[in-house]
Amino acid sequence: MLRAHNLTARRGFAHLFADLTFTVGSGEALLVTGANGSGKTTLLRILAGLTAPEAGSVRWRGAEVSAFSAAVRQEVAFVGHLPALNDALTAQENLMTLLALSGDSAHSDEVRAALSAVALERQSSLPVRVLSQGQRRRIALARLALAQRTLWLLDEPATALDVAGATILSDLIARHLAGHGCVVATTHQPLELGPARVTTLALTP
Amino acid sequence: MKRLPAIVPILATPPGARDFAAWAGIGWALQRDLGLALRSRAELAVHLSFYVIVVSLFPLAATPDRGLLAAMAPAVLWVAALLASLLSLPRLFAVDLLDGTLEQIALSPYPLAALVSGKIAAHWLTTGLPVVLLAPLLALQYELDSEAITVLSAGLLLGTPILSLLGAIGAALTLGVRGAGSLLALLILPLYVPVLIFGAGAVDAFRVGLGAAANLSLLGAGLLVAVVGAPFAAAAAVRIALD
Repeated sequence: MLRAHNLTARRGFAHLFADLTFTVGSGEALLVTGANGSGKTTLLRILAGLTAPEAGSVRWRGAEVSAFSAAVRQEVAFVGHLPALNDALTAQENLMTLLALSGDSAHSDEVRAALSAVALERQSSLPVRVLSQGQRRRIALARLALAQRTLWLLDEPATALDVAGATILSDLIARHLAGHGCVVATTHQPLELGPARVTTLALTP
Repeated sequence: MKRLPAIVPILATPPGARDFAAWAGIGWALQRDLGLALRSRAELAVHLSFYVIVVSLFPLAATPDRGLLAAMAPAVLWVAALLASLLSLPRLFAVDLLDGTLEQIALSPYPLAALVSGKIAAHWLTTGLPVVLLAPLLALQYELDSEAITVLSAGLLLGTPILSLLGAIGAALTLGVRGAGSLLALLILPLYVPVLIFGAGAVDAFRVGLGAAANLSLLGAGLLVAVVGAPFAAAAAVRIALD
């Protein structure tokens, strides 16, 4: 479903990677590993269509994903380094706002249920300002669970999560793969993904 | 005609795809930004107080000559409106860039220009409209007669949206730049000059008996051009900032 061909990227004058070719099929996960600064985030941003590659192409369901093209935007869920949560809004309001932005309408009961699934039911009406980094990550996980997206692009999803949080993350990804979703995640920690087909791509400078 | 079947699949919406109308995108951004503005009323009050204080300082400093005050009223009110707009613009996109919301906005299936339009509309409703509504009250300090005040308010009503629209381009272009506020002023103030000339000129023309129609029409035309063009320019600048 997702196909990258001869991707080359650079940031400023630094060459990050060259001639990356890979495919991620339905129900498959691609884990991208590599040292800091090896271009993992840039790769995810290229796949999402937020940045244009230096050379090469990305195709989603056969349609070319150029920077800011609409090809992938209705089906992608991108969880970056920044949690995309406004400090002044509560966890629940943030989720409702983000879901409306991506065109997924969710009922407030469903949002509350998703927040309790990541063990944040007591914090759901607190402003995000008072939540910890790990708790913000968990809100991002709740967003993944609620948004009906096929392709998940996760940038270091396990950062700041505790052991229980990492288990929630692994379960979430495993369930998404079982439902024929696609996942591309950059990671340092190994993820327990059960029987799903997982490929690892190591980026070397 | 034989080539038609090859074209049709490109035009047809893919299965399961939904229509993401521009209006819904504008509505989303408008609703979100107005809601956020209501949460931070103190910040809005600071911008408005700045406007009120700047406008009120001139009658205190100038000689209490009725003719002189009335003559400088449009210039003072307009310059203060420009400065108040500049004061609030740097935060238009910067907060969303810092917390990552701007990335999600760019990845939304709604057109980016529509989302940006909604943000600009919310900016005008929270910073421009109060300036317009306060202007008649503040103009009383300058001994302007009521018809001149009407012309001044009409000019501000047409002109302040242009300030928000042009300012949004500058705010998007200076995203992520250190000292964005002062750079924004350098970038945008020259673009504000025509608005200032026609806006303040409308009152002057009216007071010397020429009628304000020409100036106000030009402001209206400028507003239409800005409404059509500025959201696309600002959206392009947001993309550059995210790349």
